[in-house]
Amino acid sequence: MDMKRDYYEDVQLFKSNVVLFWSAALLLVLFTIPLYTPNYYIYLFNIIMVHIILAVGLNILVGSTGQISLGHAGFFAIGAYGTVLMMTTFQLPFVLAILIAAFIAAFFGFILGLPALRLEGPYLAIVSLGFGLTIMHIIGGMDVFGGRMGVKVPPLDLGIKQLGISWILTTDFQKYYLILITTIIMVVGARNILKTRVGRSFVAIRDSDIAAEVIGVNLTIYKTLAFAVSAFYAGIAGGLFGFVLGFFDPFTFNMILSIIFLVMVVVGGLGTIAGGIMGAALITYLQYDLLKNIAEVPYFGALMVAVSKQWFTVVGLENFSSMAIGLIMIGIIIFEPLGMFGVWIRMKKYWMTWPF
Amino acid sequence: MVEGLAIGACYGLFATAVVIIYKTSEVVNFAQGEMAMFSSFVAFHILSAYQYPFWLAFVITMLFSILLGILIEFLFLRPAKHPSILGMIVITLGAEMFLMGLASWKWGAEQKFFSLPLNPSVTYEPVKGMIITNWAIAVFAVTACIMLFLYIFFKFTRLGVAMRATQQNKHAAKIMGIRTERIFSFAWGFSSLIGAVAGMFFASRATLDPAFMMEPFLRAFAAAVLGGLMSIPGVIIGGALMGLIENFFGYFWPHWKPIIAFIVIILVLCLRPSGLFTKHYVKKV
Repeated sequence: MDMKRDYYEDVQLFKSNVVLFWSAALLLVLFTIPLYTPNYYIYLFNIIMVHIILAVGLNILVGSTGQISLGHAGFFAIGAYGTVLMMTTFQLPFVLAILIAAFIAAFFGFILGLPALRLEGPYLAIVSLGFGLTIMHIIGGMDVFGGRMGVKVPPLDLGIKQLGISWILTTDFQKYYLILITTIIMVVGARNILKTRVGRSFVAIRDSDIAAEVIGVNLTIYKTLAFAVSAFYAGIAGGLFGFVLGFFDPFTFNMILSIIFLVMVVVGGLGTIAGGIMGAALITYLQYDLLKNIAEVPYFGALMVAVSKQWFTVVGLENFSSMAIGLIMIGIIIFEPLGMFGVWIRMKKYWMTWPF
Repeated sequence: MVEGLAIGACYGLFATAVVIIYKTSEVVNFAQGEMAMFSSFVAFHILSAYQYPFWLAFVITMLFSILLGILIEFLFLRPAKHPSILGMIVITLGAEMFLMGLASWKWGAEQKFFSLPLNPSVTYEPVKGMIITNWAIAVFAVTACIMLFLYIFFKFTRLGVAMRATQQNKHAAKIMGIRTERIFSFAWGFSSLIGAVAGMFFASRATLDPAFMMEPFLRAFAAAVLGGLMSIPGVIIGGALMGLIENFFGYFWPHWKPIIAFIVIILVLCLRPSGLFTKHYVKKV
């Protein structure tokens, strides 16, 4: 059912009119969401979409190229700080600032990609983890970046100050559309990258880097390129994330954040765009909404509070989210290594071949 | 200088725990730091809530840490059938998140003070200009004991030889009648114990909070990489080197101390990926 007969079928964006219809319906829903949801959820949606950009980018690196990174919070931080600094210190317009910040992040991705040429598996994980921590310490230790006190973001001005055009987005409602459009562009871009020569090279490297080199894939170029592309996505996501939060300090971008990013990709499904999107949405929802306010969940919340009072501390109940995410990580590897995308594929196969 | 060596010995001790697991089962245990953290918290809890004497608390903590290691191996790693490297890393990271969440839930995220029954201000000066604190002596003694024990264990006992066999070739060891799964459990329990000892030393120097083992873990890993992830004596030397390097840099540029571990890891891995003291390994297709 998924057989492709020519190259055009592989690269086309909508495989059939059904897919086209549902994509259009999804877009319609996404564009009208702010009209009928409370303001808090708009904030949540903004964070989810920022994480989707990042997870899709990280999936290009981890899922498609097979390089493990535990340092994406570092790129995320570079994006956030870079954008804000470009806007405050150099007075650049927002679009230019976020692009420059993302390219700086991509440059650092290229740098991190260099040791990755010689390392693999757990060694690479440790190096990238150290990279993330180092970025956090460097930003926290230099006064240019506001030090440990953090920075406050300037108003989000889409216009160009020098020409006197000003279009300031103030509410979450307005930011929602900016982030939504960016997310759609980035996701479609990622899908197109994976369908081209570059994307196929990435997949070849994941499956066997030696075999890929033998058939003529330049490992040096494509491995560092994978890091750079992934870091670029993280930079864009970081730039937007800063404006969603309004205020951040270096410890926002700690090691746990990098782990959470990896979890999104693994839970969603490695090597697929849809997997990154699903994982980011699920984990962000769990982390920012359901598990954060666990005490307010009906029935279960009361039970958890009682358990906390009896054996644990009530103030520590919010850490339940990190416990639950840890269990999700372990569970997904044990029971469903393909992630949510694997479940989706299985459901699709079941219904398509139904009576059999 | 001596202080740096003592911290280095702590790193070495902790890195030994990482290496034991890596040697037997080829898993880099990211949860090692949090396992040590959790055991230290248990010791703290026993001391503060039940007022037991220190040696009793120590023994209970050691038993607990062995149990913790075995439990994590049994519940989290064993059910995963043939996971990839990424899968293994995600499982240990998940265990780390789980333990961290549990510890912060139980004890709160604020900092606690944990002290060994050694007064750190008591110092000796055996040679002029060389000051040794009580803490450093305890670290050296414990490290030497554990090293001696490990040497005898791996060389002369049945279990130790079985562990080495499992490390060399898992399938062959299984055919020869070694219960490799039991060996894995044992390695986890054992390394959890060593990690807990190192964790208590770290905790008595700094404060005890659920995130306190993260940076020591990275530095211990740097020490392990420096010595080569496959050799225990190499790791101890690597730890000592790491402690000295860090002390040296901490003296001149105290601001950038946290970054040194990372730079060491990058340099060693780029120049000599198999570490300073092990044979170079060649990847087969």
